[in-house]
Amino acid sequence: MGLDIRLPIGFLFSIFGVLLIVFGELSDKRIYERSLGININLEWGVVMLLFGAVMLFLGRRGTKV
Amino acid sequence: MLRTIDWTIMIVYFVFVLGIGAVLKRYVKTSTDFFLAGRSIPAWVAGLAFLSANLGAQEVIGMGASGAKYGIATSHFYWIGAIPAMVFVGVFMMPFYYGSRARSVPEYLRLRFDEKTRGLNAVSFAIMTLFSSGISMYAMAKLIQILHIFDSPFARLGLPQAWIFHFSLVISALVVLGYILLGGLTSAIYNEVVQFFLIVAGFLPLVWLGLKNIGGWQGLKANLDPSYTHSWLGMTNAHTNRLGVEWFGLTFGLGFVLSFGYWCTDFLVIQRAMAANSMNSARCTPLIAAFPKMLFPFLVILPGLIAIALPTQNLAHLAGGNTTIQGQSEGRGLIPAKMDASGQPIRDKDGAVELDYDLATPNMLLHYFPTGILGLGLTALLASFMSGMVGNVTAFNTVWTYDIYQSYINKKASDAHYLWMGRMATIFGIALSVATAYMATRFNNIMDMLQLVFAFVNAPLFATFLLGMFWKRTTGHGAFSGLLGGTMAAALHHALTLPQGGVPGVKGGWIATLHVYPSEMAQNFWTAIYAWTTCFVITIVVSLLTQAHEEKELAGLVYSLTERPTQQGLHWYQRPAVLAVVVLAATALLNIVFR
Repeated sequence: MGLDIRLPIGFLFSIFGVLLIVFGELSDKRIYERSLGININLEWGVVMLLFGAVMLFLGRRGTKV
Repeated sequence: MLRTIDWTIMIVYFVFVLGIGAVLKRYVKTSTDFFLAGRSIPAWVAGLAFLSANLGAQEVIGMGASGAKYGIATSHFYWIGAIPAMVFVGVFMMPFYYGSRARSVPEYLRLRFDEKTRGLNAVSFAIMTLFSSGISMYAMAKLIQILHIFDSPFARLGLPQAWIFHFSLVISALVVLGYILLGGLTSAIYNEVVQFFLIVAGFLPLVWLGLKNIGGWQGLKANLDPSYTHSWLGMTNAHTNRLGVEWFGLTFGLGFVLSFGYWCTDFLVIQRAMAANSMNSARCTPLIAAFPKMLFPFLVILPGLIAIALPTQNLAHLAGGNTTIQGQSEGRGLIPAKMDASGQPIRDKDGAVELDYDLATPNMLLHYFPTGILGLGLTALLASFMSGMVGNVTAFNTVWTYDIYQSYINKKASDAHYLWMGRMATIFGIALSVATAYMATRFNNIMDMLQLVFAFVNAPLFATFLLGMFWKRTTGHGAFSGLLGGTMAAALHHALTLPQGGVPGVKGGWIATLHVYPSEMAQNFWTAIYAWTTCFVITIVVSLLTQAHEEKELAGLVYSLTERPTQQGLHWYQRPAVLAVVVLAATALLNIVFR
């Protein structure tokens, strides 16, 4: 049906990933006390970006076929 | 509390939600496109939507609350109360739903039985969906208030805090309205898939941090009474486990009657499978959904368990500063006590403090998530509320248009007219949901009573479908009288029994109290068991007394008169039977591990 759902998911997760990574880099590290000292924004941002990239890749491949 | 980054994440999400609807708008040309997504959805997309449509408020907040209250035994609602039914509907029932080309579950009843059975089901279902989506909206607006999400923007704009509730209701109604009007069921399904991934993305890091903090599953075990960490411990007797139910009531009441009644007959979920692009995709839809469903307890129940296992502490940091949270000193872990109007903790009849379990999951988010990912977590929470709402609205507009409007009000209009009617139904459906949400703020008792009535109507349903699909002798009169009889049996059983400590009234016993159940859950399960059995017996008896349908009318609707769907030319992983065996084996294994 017209739009491959993996494309919007890929875009959304990539945007979220980039937002979290950038914020994780810039943010005051004291806010990570509550997340057990882990920079969860940075780490989870990377995971989301990777997932988004995979979805974009699959979606683009699927649309071409 | 929330900073620019959190707002950005939330706004990006809402832009995407509406954007998907806008992109899909040009594909909606006929009523089939609008109501059934043109029957063009691939199996995995339909599967995730099937799961997501059920993932409303009850799921994320409610399962976290139950996790904190009952422990890992809450997983019975998944491993006993969902997976077997999902497998059954995919393997055995979907051939009739999809194969009959019925456009809705009530329409299947029309084809299989008669007009009155369809009418009964369509009307009760339509009212129920509006009611549920209203409740979902109400819960979301309440949660937004409790979490103080809009407090600071409202304060900055000089608006009264009392408007937050109204604002939350209106904004969620408008977003849902927007994307359903634009893209119909396709848009709803696509958004449900996005919501599924978002919920996983929001809750996975929460569970990870929580488990890391408490020392994993072993740490949970060390910090909690064994009754929290075993799902089958003490299940031989209702008094020796946290749920207050014994194994028979659990497996037959929840695992068979209630769960099959929901997953196998509720158009809200079946609609997603009917939108699939082929018979095999439709059959695989609930099976694909069963895999993540099986693992969901770890995502939604564990936060509740962790919240109760943590040391009781000052919760001021959750409110973002110096305000004290009411009831924190009488609470447990991250869960505060419920307080009455005078600021005293509410106690049950044994004098124990009642905890506000619904705050378990939200407090976990606030406790572990720093700004940034907090925006993601809250967005996931809002997404779960919206997916529950949308599922109800799309099911409502279809049943209204096809089974009520087209069947009784305007039979011979053009397809374009029905498409227009579907859009109108979406608008007034959402308007009525908003009205229901406001009713919930005023008349809590009416809400409880309505919920009870729906439970009575739903309990016998599966007996009707089971007999209808697998016994060709079942007649329309049999089905109709069975449904009525089953509903009355449910009401009667409820009127004659009470849960322990309950006061006669909305909890039961409004005629007399002949039996007292150890818990409300046990009472519910047994109400369902009585309703189902009564419906089953009456349907058989009345069917035998009335004239049978002609066999040629029943081709494609009844098991013995329908060709088996072929599995030739499919990969092993596309075969429903193979998926079914794998998912059942994995579920059995989970039960053994967490026994």
